[in-house]
This record gives sequence, structure tokens and C-alpha cells, in this order.
Amino acid sequence: MSADFSSEGFAVEVLDLVKRYPKASVNAVDGVSFAASPGEVFGLLGPNGAGKTTTVGMLTTRVRPTAGLARIGGVDVVRNPVPARAQLAVVPQQSNLDRSISIRDNLIFHAAYHGVPAREREDRADELLDQFGLLDRARDKPDFFSGGQSQRVMIARALMHEPRVLFLDEPTTGLDPAARLFVWDRLRELRDSDVTLILTTHDMDEAALLADRVGVMDHGHLLALDTPDALIDSLEGEGTLELTADQPADGAVVDALASLAGVERVETVHLAAENGGPEASQSAVSQPLRVRLYLTGDAALSVAPAAAVLAERGLALQDVKLGTPTLEDVFIHLTGRTLR
Amino acid sequence: MNAVAVPVLAPGTQWRAFRMVLYRDLYVTWREFPAFLAQVILQPLFLLFVFGKVLATLGYTQNGYTDLLFPGLLALTAVITAMQALAFPLVAEFGWTKEIEDRLLAPMPTSFVAAEKVLFAVLRSLIATLIMIPVGILILGSIPWRWAGFPLFVAGLLLGALVGAGFGLLMGTLVQPQRITLLFSLVFTPLLFTGCSQYPWPSLDQIRWFQIVTACNPMTYVSEALRGALVPEVPHIQPWICIVVLIFSVSVLLTVGVRGFYRRAID
Repeated sequence: MSADFSSEGFAVEVLDLVKRYPKASVNAVDGVSFAASPGEVFGLLGPNGAGKTTTVGMLTTRVRPTAGLARIGGVDVVRNPVPARAQLAVVPQQSNLDRSISIRDNLIFHAAYHGVPAREREDRADELLDQFGLLDRARDKPDFFSGGQSQRVMIARALMHEPRVLFLDEPTTGLDPAARLFVWDRLRELRDSDVTLILTTHDMDEAALLADRVGVMDHGHLLALDTPDALIDSLEGEGTLELTADQPADGAVVDALASLAGVERVETVHLAAENGGPEASQSAVSQPLRVRLYLTGDAALSVAPAAAVLAERGLALQDVKLGTPTLEDVFIHLTGRTLR
Repeated sequence: MNAVAVPVLAPGTQWRAFRMVLYRDLYVTWREFPAFLAQVILQPLFLLFVFGKVLATLGYTQNGYTDLLFPGLLALTAVITAMQALAFPLVAEFGWTKEIEDRLLAPMPTSFVAAEKVLFAVLRSLIATLIMIPVGILILGSIPWRWAGFPLFVAGLLLGALVGAGFGLLMGTLVQPQRITLLFSLVFTPLLFTGCSQYPWPSLDQIRWFQIVTACNPMTYVSEALRGALVPEVPHIQPWICIVVLIFSVSVLLTVGVRGFYRRAID
């Protein structure tokens, strides 16, 4: 037992958490540790297969950890799954609403499972349906609800028993922009009422906008953990310049770019391949050159010299992007891959 | 040791969650009662009508066949209804609707979720079987009935429903959703016809190999127990043997079934 691991005050705690699935050759989650305070929005960011969902699965008692500790409100989820469940709620990416009953009944039965008294659960269901703009559809069954509507129903359902910790898996993936903003607003309100939100996402904007702190995951490891601003600040330089050429190039080009004045560092960007399998590295060789320069000064000043370097070697510029670093840059810096 | 928070849970939380999940299932059944009726009684109704009424009226079956068929059909209804009530929804809930997740995350042990499924299947099965009694009277004119056999009748029905629920739990957790039609042809049909519901077991000594096959189907002992209760004059397996075999089958099926349920519920 680790002595310095105090359970006081944290809504969620994870220590050296490991999950290895039977017959798997590597750990899906490989020694992850973090903690989140009440009212904190904690983002777990990473590509598919990074181990985010498995981590959340362990915290929500649906995946048995191979090793390590996971606690919800100080309760060990492995030893005491029932009191852990009483304090948490999960909003999955795909609808798991009860199709046999109306959405109002979905909310009411969920509250009933969690012991909310009859009168209270009816009142709260109507209140939440109203707040989520679903009152006029209260009697409908979930069958014909769109993705965005189901998402709203599931968030409303999750709130019925007033959980301390709410887990949301890709909460706005596949939603139209209006629905996205709507969900984001509701989530901000929740944070203000001291609910801890654990958000898994591969959406950088979502993570940067909503999360107080972000944990970047890849291959089962937590690579970095800080506020979005601090993560971005950790990247050296003040600006970035992303260049895409019309054809592949060798390392000499990258070296030449790196030696330009004002360039701190150059990273080759590989297009995201699903889960980074062996095919990914092969196809990277034949991809047109795409690099990101981290600069000490204004990015605009470096465009012309960089273009000249490429032109000397017979490469034409296809695309140029100037910018200040974003979470996406942090992710690329940490993993060498883009998320999309 | 550092201080680990003592889990605080209102007393009775787990049982209330259990009761509410059961209430949800009953609520849905009640609201779809006509569909429920059609689902559970159509098959035994037709069997009863064709074998008990049509064939008898046309003179293809001997006198008294109806009397030995009726307890067999009650057994069939008890086992099959419980099995259907559990297996099909479970395959869907784990496979694609994921509806079960909200219940698995309710504040109760995972075993309670499985137990609720079993209890609900048993209740459904008992209702369906009891409905068969007036249906039988209506179609056949009269049914064999012995109050002296009532305790055995009740025990046989209950164990039959539990055997069905055990099968349902086992199949519902083992079968992949895309194989659900296979479940029907490979498991359902053989189970249906080797359970001695349409013939008494001792009479099978003329077809020895089939007698052995039927002896491996727990439903046989449900049929035979109900015959022992309602028509003891027909040769049947000793009731105590039936009860012992059924208790053993129920224990094995439920143990393996609950284990399968855990495997599906928790990775």
C-alpha cells in the first residue's frame, strides 16, 4: 500500500492502474495514476485504443483491474462496487436507453434503481426534461430519437440520482454544432454544482474548452497531465508553422529546415492511422512531406525562408498553416501522431 | 494503513434496487400483456389443439392420450417460457441494445441483476403455465386434476421454471447475438422434442436409444413429475427421482449461468 496516497477530498483517484485482457500481449492500461477533485472537469485525451475507455471502465466497475487502485469518492471500486456505483453515473457514446419505456420512464426508473423517493423522482424527471428541452417528447420511446436527443436523455438520466462523479464518453461526437454547444453549456453548469466530470474524448477543442485538466493517453500510458494552458506552454516557442509539400522527402530537408534562424525544433507529422498499427509506419514513408516547425518568433516571418529551403530541393509547398500551439500540438509532440 | 473511506450506503439500498428492476420488468410486461399472451401460449395452444383435440377426434390417438399429453404440455410451457423470457432479451441487451448497462450500474451486486432475471423468468413462466389450465379446459372439455398431487404439481412447475431460467441464462450469456437463429434450431427444437412432453418416458423402452437421449434432458423430469402429480395411473418416473434430478440440474445450470453472466457483465 502506498502511504502517500491519501484518499481525502478527491472525487476520483487512480493509482498505478493496470489492465491486461486475457490473451492480450500488452497491457491495455499500463500503470495510470491521477486524481480529480470535486467540481473538476478532467479530460482524458487520446486516440482510439489509447486505453481511455478501459480506464473509465475500471472506475465504473465494469472492467476488473489487473492491478492498482481505483476509488470513487474514497471508495475502492473493486472491494466495494455497490457504494461506488451509488456515487457515479455514466453517459456512454452509444445509446443504452431502455427502449421498452418512454424517456420520462427511463429517467424515473433510473432514479428508482438508485433509491430516489417516488415523488421526488417524478418532479426531478420533469425538471430535467424541461431543462434539456425534451418535455414535449417525454412520453415518446427512445426508438426514433436522434443521436443528439439520445445523448441529452442519457445526460438527464445520469443526473437523476445526483451523482458525485459523471463519466462522459465522447459526449459530443457526432452531434451537430448547436447540439454540441447545448451539451457543453449543460456540462459547465454541472461543474458549477460541484459534480466531477470525467470526459474521455479525442476532440481537442472539447478538451481545451471544457477541461480544467487534461491527461494525454496513448498505448495505455498517461503521457502528460496538466491544465490545457500549461500543456500548451510546455511546448517551446511562440508559434508554429506547419508545412505540407507535394511529395515525400528525406531527412536532409528536415535538417535544413531545423537549421533555419528562429526554428527551435522540427517534427514530422504522420497522418493518424487507426491505432498506429504496422501499416501506419509503412505508409508514412510514402506520404508527402508534412512537418511542423516550432518557432521562437512570429511564424509569418519563417514562411519565406522555409519555402526557399523546399524549393532548393525541388519540393513545392502545398499547404501552410501558421499558429500558436494548441492541445493538438501537445498531442503530436507527445505521440508523434495526429489524432484524426 | 491510511484511512479508507467507509462506504456509506442507506440500509436496504441493494434490495430496493433489486425490487425496482423487477418492477420495471413487470411494468413492461403488464403494458404489453396481449403480446405476452400471444408469445407464451400460442405454441402450447396449438399442440394441445392438434394432438389433444384434432387427432383424438379423428381417432388417430388412443383414449387417454389427452390426459398424459396435458401435464407434458404444462411442463413444456413452464420450461420454454422461462427460457425465452431470459435468453432472448439477454442476448439483445448484452449484444446491441446495451439496455442492461443501466441496471448493472445500479447500486446492487451484479449477482442481483442476474437473480432478478431468473426471478422474472420464473414469474412469467408460472403465469403462462397457469393460463394453460383454463385454456386446456376450454379446448379439451376437461383436464386431469388431482388435489392429492398438488404439492408435487407445484414443486414440478417451480423446478421446471427454474430449469428453463437456468437454460436461458446459460444461453443468453454464451450465445453471440449474430448466432441467435442458430440457438433456435440447435438448442430450442431438440430440447422441445426430447423433453417427454408428448409421450411418457417409461413407454420409450421400445426405442432404447431415444429413451437414453430423453433421460439427458432435464425437461423430461418436469413432464414426468407433473404426470406423477396429475395422472399417476400412467407409468412415470418416480417423483423423488424427478425432484432430485431437477434440483441437481437447476443448481448446475444456475451456477454456470451466473458465471457466464459475470463474464459478460464485467470484463
